[in-house]
Amino acid sequence: MTKIKSLADLRKLKDEVQSKIKLREKGDHPENLIHIKVSMATCGIASGAKETMNYLIEELDHQGIDAIVTQTGCMGYCYAEPTIEVSIPGKEPVIYGHVNKDKALEIIEKHLKLNELVDGIIPTNYKTIED
Amino acid sequence: MIELALHILDIAQNSIRAKARLVQILISENPDKDYYRIVVKDNGSGMDAQTLAKVTDPFYTSRTSRKVGLGIPMLKQNAEQCGGSLQIKSTPGIGTTLTATFGYHHIDRPPLGDIIGTIMILLNNEEGTDLLYRHQTLQGEFNFDSREIKRILEGTPLVTKEIRNFLKSMIEENLDQIQITKE
Repeated sequence: MTKIKSLADLRKLKDEVQSKIKLREKGDHPENLIHIKVSMATCGIASGAKETMNYLIEELDHQGIDAIVTQTGCMGYCYAEPTIEVSIPGKEPVIYGHVNKDKALEIIEKHLKLNELVDGIIPTNYKTIED
Repeated sequence: MIELALHILDIAQNSIRAKARLVQILISENPDKDYYRIVVKDNGSGMDAQTLAKVTDPFYTSRTSRKVGLGIPMLKQNAEQCGGSLQIKSTPGIGTTLTATFGYHHIDRPPLGDIIGTIMILLNNEEGTDLLYRHQTLQGEFNFDSREIKRILEGTPLVTKEIRNFLKSMIEENLDQIQITKE
């Protein structure tokens, strides 16, 4: 049987990772990164927002796209869950509804990479999400 | 919700919204005594008796973005359907403790599901709320404390790919040890 991972292993990993991060850090400012918010309230969770979020994180990692994926509350579009908000620096944020894995991939391929809008946008007068 | 892990994710978000500094998720399962208990305890803002009386009402919510609040009512319904119950205790300024009990062997009890995914999402909440996850079975106990993890990481972001993958497999292997499966 292999030894299970412990906090001591984490300590070792941290040292490795930290040196890598220092190399990358110079160009990285959070405000210059693509930011994706996944709506993660009861309505979102029940519709599969968790799978969407995990998929986005993994796919962006896999493709090497630097983006921040975070969770947010209910944006009020419960009928269209899972919803995500995509903010590309210097542009108006866009909210997409009914984002399953296929839609998420399409958004990555077209919206993030080619700057083309994808079907499924929820038109909205944009306000900051306080809730 | 089709998994207990989804209920936990949902309920713990309430604690984060209540400005808790620490959310404790305590799961204890006991097939012999036929219970599966989930406790979510926070040190957030808490609620007064009036508010507390309303939280199981599906038409009550503190949000303004919609008029229903189904998180707690659905958990209550689910627990009661499985021969269990839901209790909430809360003190303003001190925090809230929610206890949901399911019948372990009840045919309708949802499986635990992807608890690791739930923990990973909660770990990266924007408020910086800390998380303690304790899972007890007859085989043993697993503790996961985000304060401990953060102390070791010394500011290395939790979202770093390597760290995330490490934490995922660490939780998975430890849960395996006390024989917790997604079922």
